[in-house]
Amino acid sequence: MSNELDFLSRTVIVGKLSRRDFLGRAAALGVTATFANSLLSSAAKAQAPVKGGVLKAGMQGGAATDSLDPATWSSQVPYFFGRQWGEQLVQIDATGVLQPALAEEWGASDDAKVWTFKIRKGVQFHNGKEMTPADVVATMERHSDANSKSGALGIMGGIAGVKADGDTVVFTLKEANADLPFLMDDYHLMIQPNGGKDNPTEGIGTGPYKVSTNEPGVRLGGEKFAGYWRDDRGFADQIEIIVINDPTARTAALQGGQVNMINRVEPKIVELIKRVPGVTIQNVAGKGHYVFIAHCNTAPFDNNDLRLALKFALDREELVQKILFGYGSVGNDTPINKAYPLYTEMEQRKFDPEKAAEHYKKSGHSGSVLLRTSDVAFPGAVDAAQLYQQSAAKCGITLEIKREPGDGYWSEVWNKQPFSASYWGGRPTQDQMYSTAYYSKADWNDTRFMREDFDKMLFAARAELDTEKRKKIYADMGTMVNMEGGVITPMFNDFIDATGPNVGGWMPDGNQEMMGGYALSKCWLNA
Amino acid sequence: MSSPIVKLIAQRVALGILLLLAVSVLIFVGTQILPGDVAQSILGQSATPQALENLRQSLGLNDPAYIRYFRWLGGVLTGDLGTALSSGQDIGSSIWPRLKNTLFLALCAAVVSVPLAIILGLTAVRYRNGFVDKLISGIALASTSFPEFFIGYVLVFVFAVKLQWFPGISTVYDGMPFSDRLQAVVLPAASLTLVVLAHMMRMTRAAILNVMQSPYIETAELKGLGAFEIIRKHAFPNAIAPVINVVMLNLAYLVVGVVVIEIIFVYPGMGQYLVDHVTKRDVPVVQAVGLIFAAVYISLNIIADIAGILANPRLRHPK
Repeated sequence: MSNELDFLSRTVIVGKLSRRDFLGRAAALGVTATFANSLLSSAAKAQAPVKGGVLKAGMQGGAATDSLDPATWSSQVPYFFGRQWGEQLVQIDATGVLQPALAEEWGASDDAKVWTFKIRKGVQFHNGKEMTPADVVATMERHSDANSKSGALGIMGGIAGVKADGDTVVFTLKEANADLPFLMDDYHLMIQPNGGKDNPTEGIGTGPYKVSTNEPGVRLGGEKFAGYWRDDRGFADQIEIIVINDPTARTAALQGGQVNMINRVEPKIVELIKRVPGVTIQNVAGKGHYVFIAHCNTAPFDNNDLRLALKFALDREELVQKILFGYGSVGNDTPINKAYPLYTEMEQRKFDPEKAAEHYKKSGHSGSVLLRTSDVAFPGAVDAAQLYQQSAAKCGITLEIKREPGDGYWSEVWNKQPFSASYWGGRPTQDQMYSTAYYSKADWNDTRFMREDFDKMLFAARAELDTEKRKKIYADMGTMVNMEGGVITPMFNDFIDATGPNVGGWMPDGNQEMMGGYALSKCWLNA
Repeated sequence: MSSPIVKLIAQRVALGILLLLAVSVLIFVGTQILPGDVAQSILGQSATPQALENLRQSLGLNDPAYIRYFRWLGGVLTGDLGTALSSGQDIGSSIWPRLKNTLFLALCAAVVSVPLAIILGLTAVRYRNGFVDKLISGIALASTSFPEFFIGYVLVFVFAVKLQWFPGISTVYDGMPFSDRLQAVVLPAASLTLVVLAHMMRMTRAAILNVMQSPYIETAELKGLGAFEIIRKHAFPNAIAPVINVVMLNLAYLVVGVVVIEIIFVYPGMGQYLVDHVTKRDVPVVQAVGLIFAAVYISLNIIADIAGILANPRLRHPK
């Protein structure tokens, strides 16, 4: 059997078999997707990396207002650049498993309230100084400080204290959290000299590339850092990110050879791009999803029958085909899909006009339901709302669509109006996803889902170190959101990137677009 | 130079400054009535009321509007454009490279388009109502009628993707060799040229044709001068005022109106800089850029006015 798998994985690498087919054939042999994926990556490693050259990425998601301070990152380009010049304590790999980075190993006390990370020795910052546990502590302190306005403030909230102890850093938590190590992968938590307290925007880290050019919103560049501590990444001599927010210009730049890879290929042009010689579409299922969100505490959506009617009135398959052009998968009215660890399969909700009509009748609602949407809610959100309107009409429900301007949508409509379209980027763990948007006291509880029993389960799962028990609790939570929540999830979108000729080493990684954010470090230019 | 001319120029310049002040008030008022609170947009969704209050205090947002206006104006007059709210960078030093890029692109487009438009205009007059005239007008009008993004994409498709002669993205940066820089701006400059060409060409043609009806042109013809000689020596100098006006208007457009072209070609100019900051509600930057755009527009118009007056003896000696 393993010979056959070996053969299959080598076939994928030379391009004779698509990754999806490989996974299918591997599954037929009784191999799990995770194991099959790791086989693939070892086959790719067999293809020797080439050193040297300038590797360039053309990316959407940068602006003149970007900064090098990790605390401020909220868009694609600064985040992606940060992944190349900075490092966290741990890194989540393509299979969702946590790998050591600046921490060599870690462990928890029995009650999961005290976590100890052993910090790697001999790692140099770009300024030549050695990284120490004190730097780690300072970094954590800076991002926990309420005045820092750090994007990681939310996840640092549960930490009561951080202190260095010899080679280790000890985190003391207010409440037990079995997922703490996963939080340390957060891209804001790049370890900086003295935590970046002296000069947050200096862009000094421990990553494979040191910052050589910083023109926010235009061009960001890195040079290979000679003192980098590992040799499985950082192959090109130089990397460059060119900010190209216009999708057509981005595609043209890839075709014209000015960049080697781009992010965010629009689903509707994927079929066209595939025909361009030398260009490869790199799509991978991720955790990001599009949603229609109804406030569970606001009339008329405080009626669960109306919410169920709206859930049954949505044709998810149609949206995946027409909005994502098949580059995605149907959602099931929870924020969780099989890309998450500890996922339990649940019965898929389907478009069902009869059930929708039945629940609608039970709800006693009459008149139309106002759905707000916008171009910025997610790509194709206006079209999606119109398709939803049509499928709802078949169930006897009148959806009225209001198209809101993109400017101000996130401050005036999302999380304010009772029924609107939006998207979520996904989080590394179920705990983080639920804590961010479904915990009753969360700022971003955009469905106003306030259930004490749900919160209790959330805390119980967080403190549970027994994986099987945790999995069971998450399954129950998923069912509760599916049956009673305010989120209507039509689909999970694939990340669709594209690479030009000569790019080697690309591996699917669904944690984020561009190979989980590591594309420029882990890929190389074939001579 | 007689004193009435000096007086006239002084008047125009004073008027321009007054206008600029009025514009500064408009910009300030405009940014005040934008929806959303500045402090709220800086701090985002996770803002606490205390943090909001602290930030409002430190930004001076609690003072009355007129005090904030004069504080801002005072800063501008002393060369201090303030600090960007979003990135904390000094606005003056981050605008300057962008402004240089914008002016460079505008200059490249102007160097090609202005002489080309005038020569084409003159040629069209020479062969008026004939095949050449119609061909020139037709092509110029067609290129103006297409939206600029369409022209931009067509140029990218042909010259960057298919032929690969020029880069499709025009990222320029400090320390870039001049020849590379020129190559980078070829496509955006060509798109801009096509956009502004027709306006200037048609205006040149109309202005000269207007003069061509005059009796003294007939005299020149009777003297036996060639058609081009007449246009060059007698018609063009008398038609120069409206031509200068339309040239200046288009130059101003090349500086302040090229956001779409900048975004298509990923050119790091003022337009993109402005758009980035508008979406972040970065009011000081929006005010600074708005003021610079207004200053460019007003000064180019003053130059047009003055040049028109100098070129026309009747305006030079008002009754």
